[in-house]
Formats: sequence, structure tokens, C-alpha cells
Amino acid sequence: MPDLQALVTDFVLKLKRRKIEGSQATAKQTAELLRQVVSQQRMPYTNQASVLIDAVRAVGEQLIAANPIGELSNSYLFLAVGNIVRRVLHIIREENLSSTTAAMEGLGLTAGSDDDEGEHEDRPGLSAAAVAAAARSTLRAPSLQTLLEDIPESAVAPHPSSSGGDSEGKSKSADRGSRSKKLKHDVIEAINELIQDIDTCHELISEQAVEHIHQNEVILTLGRSRTVKEFLCAAKEKKRTFRVFVAEGAPRYQGHVLAKELVGKGIQTTVITDSAVFAMISRVNMVIVGAHAIMANGGVIAPVGINMVALAAQRHAVPFVVVAGSHKLCPLYPHNPEVLLNEFRCPSDLLDFGEFSDCMDYGSLGGSPLLHVVNPAFDYVQPKLVSLFITDTGGHNPSYVYRLIADYYSADDLVVQQNST
Amino acid sequence: MDMRRPPRTVSDPKVRQVGFVTPSGAPPTRSLSDAPTTVAAVASAASASSPPSGEISLPGSSLSPVMIPPPRHASSDGRPSAPVAVPNPASSLRRESLRIRVGSYNASEVVLGTPPSASPSSRTDNAASEFSEETMSPWHGRSGTAKVASSFPGSTSEMIVMKTGVGGGGGAGSTPKSPLTTASVVKTLPGISEKEREVLMGTQNDGAGVSKTLKEKTTKAERRAVQEAQRAAKAAAKEAGAGVKPSAASGSAVVANTKQGKIVKPPSQKKDGPQIAPPSGSSEKKVVDRPPEKDRKKDVPAPRMQFDDKHRVEKAKRRAVVNQFEAKNRVELFRHLPQYIHGTQLPDLEGKFFQLDPMHPSVYKVGLQYLSGQISGGNARCIAMLLAFREAIRDYSTPPEKALVRDLTAKISSYVSFLIECRPLSISMGNTIKFLKNRIAKLPDTMSESEAKYSLQSDIDRFINEKIVIADKVIIRHAVTKIRDGDVLLTYGLSSVVEMILVYAHEVGKQFRVVIVDSRPKLEGQVLLHRLVAKGLNCTYTHINAISYIMHEVTRVFLGAASVLSNGTVYSRVGTACVAMVANAFRVPVLICCEAYKFHERVQLDSICSNELGDPDVISKVSGRQDLNHLDNWADNENLQLLNLSYDATPSDYVSMIITDYGMLPPSSVPVIVREYRRENLWI
Repeated sequence: MPDLQALVTDFVLKLKRRKIEGSQATAKQTAELLRQVVSQQRMPYTNQASVLIDAVRAVGEQLIAANPIGELSNSYLFLAVGNIVRRVLHIIREENLSSTTAAMEGLGLTAGSDDDEGEHEDRPGLSAAAVAAAARSTLRAPSLQTLLEDIPESAVAPHPSSSGGDSEGKSKSADRGSRSKKLKHDVIEAINELIQDIDTCHELISEQAVEHIHQNEVILTLGRSRTVKEFLCAAKEKKRTFRVFVAEGAPRYQGHVLAKELVGKGIQTTVITDSAVFAMISRVNMVIVGAHAIMANGGVIAPVGINMVALAAQRHAVPFVVVAGSHKLCPLYPHNPEVLLNEFRCPSDLLDFGEFSDCMDYGSLGGSPLLHVVNPAFDYVQPKLVSLFITDTGGHNPSYVYRLIADYYSADDLVVQQNST
Repeated sequence: MDMRRPPRTVSDPKVRQVGFVTPSGAPPTRSLSDAPTTVAAVASAASASSPPSGEISLPGSSLSPVMIPPPRHASSDGRPSAPVAVPNPASSLRRESLRIRVGSYNASEVVLGTPPSASPSSRTDNAASEFSEETMSPWHGRSGTAKVASSFPGSTSEMIVMKTGVGGGGGAGSTPKSPLTTASVVKTLPGISEKEREVLMGTQNDGAGVSKTLKEKTTKAERRAVQEAQRAAKAAAKEAGAGVKPSAASGSAVVANTKQGKIVKPPSQKKDGPQIAPPSGSSEKKVVDRPPEKDRKKDVPAPRMQFDDKHRVEKAKRRAVVNQFEAKNRVELFRHLPQYIHGTQLPDLEGKFFQLDPMHPSVYKVGLQYLSGQISGGNARCIAMLLAFREAIRDYSTPPEKALVRDLTAKISSYVSFLIECRPLSISMGNTIKFLKNRIAKLPDTMSESEAKYSLQSDIDRFINEKIVIADKVIIRHAVTKIRDGDVLLTYGLSSVVEMILVYAHEVGKQFRVVIVDSRPKLEGQVLLHRLVAKGLNCTYTHINAISYIMHEVTRVFLGAASVLSNGTVYSRVGTACVAMVANAFRVPVLICCEAYKFHERVQLDSICSNELGDPDVISKVSGRQDLNHLDNWADNENLQLLNLSYDATPSDYVSMIITDYGMLPPSSVPVIVREYRRENLWI
């Protein structure tokens, strides 16, 4: 598939050159790319799911490996890519599981179990996933009935709620060929759904705005996030009046853009410098910020400066709310995220080269220059500083994030890369 | 400063001529007699080194009002010995040395270095070349007329004394100067009015609001003049009892005359009359009107002005020298703080330069430098103000019927209120002013004027030296003991003390790295970065948002402070609180370096009740980022406000230690220092 390979490399290049702005766009384009991968994948007679998974994983590895660890460039976009790859893998597994269960239903319970055994031999990984998914679904929909039944049966009993599974179940086709086609079709359907979710996450999030913003509220935010903007605008459209303090968010100063947009909607907006955050936070009722990624422990990777805001908010007991689409949930537990999940921008954002070129010449101390400029792009906010996550599925505590993640990702996919290397 | 002083002092007699010499007969004779005598005296004494003393004695003898002689004699006694030849060189030398000290002390070359260095050269040039004709004459005219309306009674004597001061102040060029000026007085008479008119036109153009307020004031000024005349008459009566009637009588006559001149003159100099009078009236009011007792009651950093109080703001506006225009789109939370459209004050003030009569030029200059931001930073501002006051005190002479203590206090108060109009006082400046006023108030009555002035000047020198320069040295000594090899020290913005600490530690040979955190809009950290890198220190530069990233590697945080309040709150450049907070979160010790004279007994919990608002425009523009133009024309949209805070308050629990000239203390000990320090040290 040369054209597919071209697509992948093109996408990687785009990522590297920062042609894609924002994690939402990245997520969407990744999903679209993977949809293409799935649709172009020729399906063998057996093991379709594993073939699909392998194909997707191969592409995902390529995408993630494109993240040059050395320079840590654009790592958050690669986080988004990784998230989507994992989401798609999860989708395939779930679809496969549902179609299998549907088939089993069609074949009858005993036959189904035999069949399952056969598949199990072929693809041990998948069946483990099936068990895991089944276990999850038990968790998801606990009912007395499932609790009373045996575990192996319970793996089968809960009827998957996905529409594909239903239709499949209705068709009750025992034919494997048609089932494989069905699987591919379902996976593509599900990916489409995912893309749609990504598209509509802003609306879903901003629908909740009125529940969280009261009359005459004073809100502080830093930098610019599209989710935050839509969130605030939605509240304004519902006739709430409130005022917003926008910290400009050096070194990108996206706060200026946000302020302009908010003012355009008629929201009382005050732009402050980042350094004035502590001074102002005592008069603020709520901090609302966007995020680049939400880690599995409830920590947040966010634009630089947010940790400072979070600390100040904690000091003054101001609720610190993070709004983010569920595609930003990342199933990884961060280790030393300030360094490992960060990237550095150009020093010229901070210092004018022309002005400081003479400083560079002032000599060096044992070979290393005297002047260093540090311009990180991200901050890591500890889970204990976050009061609430507002995602498209509702509000959640930081401590609950790991469960949310279990909804969207399979445990097997958490390490996309290491599996291969 | 000197360059301005001569014209001003000389001007006064001349103005008198301008005002009434021509129209009326009686005064001219007197003033004429004055002028010739001085000229003659100068001419005779030209070769000798003490022309001013001659001047003094001459008019003194001719006028010799009873009240005045004692001080005059005292001054003239003092003068010849010290002032004329000796003191001036001495004082200039002293100043020079002080300046050098200050420079080395670093308070930033930019800040302190330029103003003084610029002045001497220009001063001498001016004096040598076209002294009176061009630059001076407008001055004369203006200040003169102003004087006429206001402080008439004392003026003659005062003028003369001042003239001596001028001669002294000029230093080397003193002898040639005085004849020149006196000559010019006569010559430039016609030219003056023209120039005045020009300037006036300029000021008129500045704004309709100005003229309006001026008009209001004219009536007041007239009333003032009437009062003044009455007072003068009373004084004259008193003096008459003593015996020396003629001069006083002539004085009162002159007053009457001036008044008439004021009212009658308009036909001839339509614009000059009413227009010049008002500023003089207002400014004069400041000096004389305000009873000194009241003034003392509310010490300089009086209950802070709340700018949301419409009534008081109106009042203050009427008094104000600097014309300010309220900024649009104010932040609701900060209504109680003044915010003016930046840039409107400077040209306006410059236009008024010649009208600000009672303002000493050096004070005026410092005010302008505050306004333009040339001088910033607690220590630098404080030193600049003290030096200006020192000059003002040196040139000061007590008006005849007034006590030095009261009049000088009032004078200083008027200077201070002018400076406040230029930029709100820092707490350290408030403390310093308190100190100075206290010194003035405690002057023994028996002290002669020159002695009093000398002691005040040396007090100021001592304050600068002890409370700032030496205090910094002590702080450096203390702080260096807290720096170990391999440390990574973080500092925020630009603090003169911290800079000195870092440089000193480097010189001592400690091995450490410096992290400089900076923030918009001032970007003072870049200045520090420049200096430290030039000195060979290993520096890392970043912005305040990256503070939580960089804090991992930091082992100590050194911060400066504008003030330490008695609840331990550190009041400092905005952003300091953020840095301290993050350092605290990362368990990094925070050391605040602050001279004890900046401590204040006030308490504060947040950064909102008292703060200073900077120019909001600078927020909309990011230097070096032309692409960021989203906030252009921000003032057009009433929903959008920009807030440029200058300070913030760091809670005391973020502070591990305060390093001050009394040693290293926890923030909880601040009130102790404030109390002990007040009682024992500051007021000595």
C-alpha cells in the first residue's frame, strides 16, 4: 500500500513541522488516517481482528516513533496521536468481541465456547483482551443477574450495547466471511463515531457550562484554549453575566487572542500579566483552563504557567477546573512529566538575539556558554491541585480518571511502542 | 539643577521690574536702585571671590527691615566664610563623591548615573554662553509674575539671598554669571512677554480642561493676592513699629501695585495677566495656604488617597500640578487606585515647566524622571528624591516672617505632593520623607538658618549612606554566607541588592549558577542578565510561566522587596509572590533581601487594597512580536480592560528568611524590627 505509506509519512511530517495546531486537530486527523488504514486493509479469511490490530499498531508505531525522543518536539501532539491509536485499537477489539459474542449467540452457547477456544489458540492476546473487555463490561453495568452468574458466562452474558453488535446479532449470520466484512465495516463505523465525538466534544462540554458558572462569577484563565473559549461563550449565550481575567500566557501570548474573542461575545474581560496571577486569584471564584493531555493519575499536561495558577488557586481555595475532550485522556502514568513530557521552544521567544548576541560572546565557562535560555512549552499539574475535570462525558474527579481511561482503552494497548521494540 | 537655579533666583527681582517697573513710578525707583546696586556690587567684587556677600549686604542695609536682619546677618556671616567660595566647591565635591558612591553602589547606572552627569556639563555650558537671553528669560518672566501675585512681601530679601545662593551654586562661573543676568534682566524685558505668550499658547493648546481650571483659579488667585496684601500690610505695620518703615511700606505699595498691575494690565498683556496668575495662585496656595501644623499631623504617606471617592479626587485634581486624564476602561476592582492615560502627563508637565514656580528644578526633574520611568526601583527612587531635596534645601532660604521649620516642612510637602502626582510614592520613600520631616521638625530653634540647612543636608547624606549604601553592604555580607558552592540561585526581576549579592559572591569565588526569572511588561530581568553575564556569571534566563519547570534545579531563591510590612507580608514587584509560592511548593528556601528602612508598620493581606497601576497600553504590545496585534485599539471596547499591576503582596509563610541590615530574621520578627528601628535608629 504505497499510497497509505505516503499518507502516513505525510502526516508524520506535518506533525513534525507543526503544521497541525492543537490536539483536537491532531486527534481528528489521526483518526481519519487510521480509518483509511482500516479500510485499505485487505481482510484475510481468519483472524481479521488481529490483522487489523497489527496493521493499526504498525502505523501507530510509526506515528509515535516519529516523535524524536531526543528533542522531545511536539510531544503533546504525539500524546494525542498515541491516544487515538489506542482508541482505535480498543475499538477493533471491542467490535471483534461484540461480533464474536453475537456469533456465539447465533451458534448457541456451547458451540460458541468451542469456537472461542479455537480462536483463543490462534490469538491469545485477543482473547485475553476479550476477557478483559468482558470484565470491564461487568464493571460497567453491574447488575444482580451478572453478579449471580458465573464469570465465564458473565463474559458472554452482558450484551454489548454497540449498535453494530445488535445489527449483527439480528442478522445472525454464521458465515465467517460476511462476519469479517461486518467487522471491518463496524470498525470503520466506530472510528467515524470517534471522529464525530472529537468534533462535537466542545459542544458537549460547553453544554455543561451553565451548571458550573453562576451569575457574576469571576473566572480566571491562562493562555487560550478552544474548549475554554467555547465553554465561556456557551455560558454567555445562556444569559449568564460574569467577568473573566485572562492571563496572557507568555511566551505565546494566546491570552490576547482569547480576550479578543471573549470581548467579541460581549463578555467582560480583563487581560492581566502572568505575574499578576497571584495578586488577582484572591478575587477569583473559579479557574478554568484547558489541557493538552490528562494523564491516568489525574495529572494534567497543560500550557506552561498553569501549574503556577493551580498552586495559587489551591492557596486561595479557588476551584481549579480543567475542561478537556475525552480524546485528551491519556492512559499513561506520568513519570517526571515536567522533563519527559515537555518540549522546548525557541529562545528567541524570550530574548532578542540581536540584543543578546554580545552576551553569547562573553565567553564560556569550560566550554559551556554562560547564558542559557529555558523556554519550556508545558507544565505538569499534579492531580491534587485539580478540583474537577469537565469532559464531554460529564464532570469527574481526578481520582476517577483511571476508570474513565478503562472505558476508552484496552489494557493491552497501553504500550503501543514497546510491544514491537 | 544649578543651571536652573540661577535664573530662578535672579529672575525674581527682574520680574518685579517686568511687572510694575514700567507702569508705575514708585516701584521702579526701588527696583532700579536694586539692580544697579547689585550690578555695581558685582562689578566691584568681580575680581574678588565673594560678590554675593557684597550683594547681600548692600540690599540688606538699604532695606534692613527689622524682622529680617537677624537671619540675614547670620546668613551673610555664614556665607562669606563657608558658602560663597568654600561651600560650593565643597558641596559640589561632596555631591560628586556621593554620586560616585551611588554609582558604584549600583542603583543601576541608567537610573542614577545619567541625571546628575548630564546636568553639570549643560549647566556650565549654559552659564557660559547665552545664559540669560534664550533659556532664562522666559523663566524669569514667568516665575517673576507668579511671584508677584503671590509671595510678595518677602520677595525682595528672599531674592537677594537667593541670588547669593545662585552665585554660590554656579561654582566656578558664579562671578560672571550674576552681572550677566542682571544685565539681561533689563535687556530682555520686551522679549519676555513674547516668549511667555508662546509658551502660554502652547499650554493652552494642551487642553481645554487646563484653561478651564485656570479660569476658576484666577478669582482665587486674586483673593489670595488681597489676603497677601493685607498680611503684608500688617507685617509692615509691625515693622513700622520697629522703625524701618520705608522698605516695608514700599513693599506693601508694590503689592498693591502688582495687584493693580494684574487687573489693569490685561489690555497690554492680555494673556499674561490672568493666565500666569492662576498657576502661581494654585502653587502658592500649596506652599502658604496649608497650615504646617495640619501638615505635620498627617504625615507624608497620609491615609492613602482613595480614588473612588469622587469628592476627594475632584479636590485633589484642582490642586494638582500635573494634569492627568483618567484612563478609560478601568478595572472595577481597582477604582480606588489612580490610573491616568500614560503619556499625557509628560508633555503637559513639560509645557508647564516654566510655570511651576515654587517647585525646585531638581525636584521637578526627579518628578519627570519618575513619570517617564527613567528612575525606577525602590532605592534608586529614594536616593534621587533625597538628592533633589538636598539641593532644594541648599537653595532654600526662609521667607522673612516665617519660621524655617514650618516653611521648609510645607515646602517639602509641596514637593512630595508633586512627586506623588508624578508617580505614587513607594513605601520606602514615605519612610524617608517621614525621616526628613522629623529631622526638620526637630531642628533646634536656636540654630541659624545656614546651620540648619547644613545639618539637614548632612542628615540626608547620612541617611543615604547609612540606610541604603552601608545597609546594602551588610545585607550582602549576610547573604553571601547563605550561598554555597554548587548552588543554583534563582532571582526574579531586577533587585539592586540581589544583584550586588550575586556579583559579590562571584567575586568572592563561590561557584554557583544563577537563574533569572523575568516577566512582562517590564522585563527588568534582561537588564540584570546583561550585567551578570558581562561579569562572567553563569546565567539561565526564563520567563515566569516556566517557574515550575526551572524550580526543580534551584536550591535558593533570592528576592528583593519594595517593602516588608509588619505582618511579614513582602510587598514587591508583581510576580514575586508567584515565585515565592512555587519555591515554597518545591521546598526551596526563599530569602528576601531588604534594607530596614523599607520596613513599614502597615499591614496588608492582599495585593488589591493598595497597589500601583501601570500603563495598561504596554500590555497590549509585546516587544518583538509584531504579529500580536489582537489588542490594538483595546480602549474602544468597553468590555475589555487591561490591568498592569506593579506590585503584589507575598504572604509571610512563603518567606523563609528576611535578610536585612539588622541581620537575618524570620518574617515574624518584622514588627519587632519596625518598632525598635523606629524608636532607636531612624529618628536619631
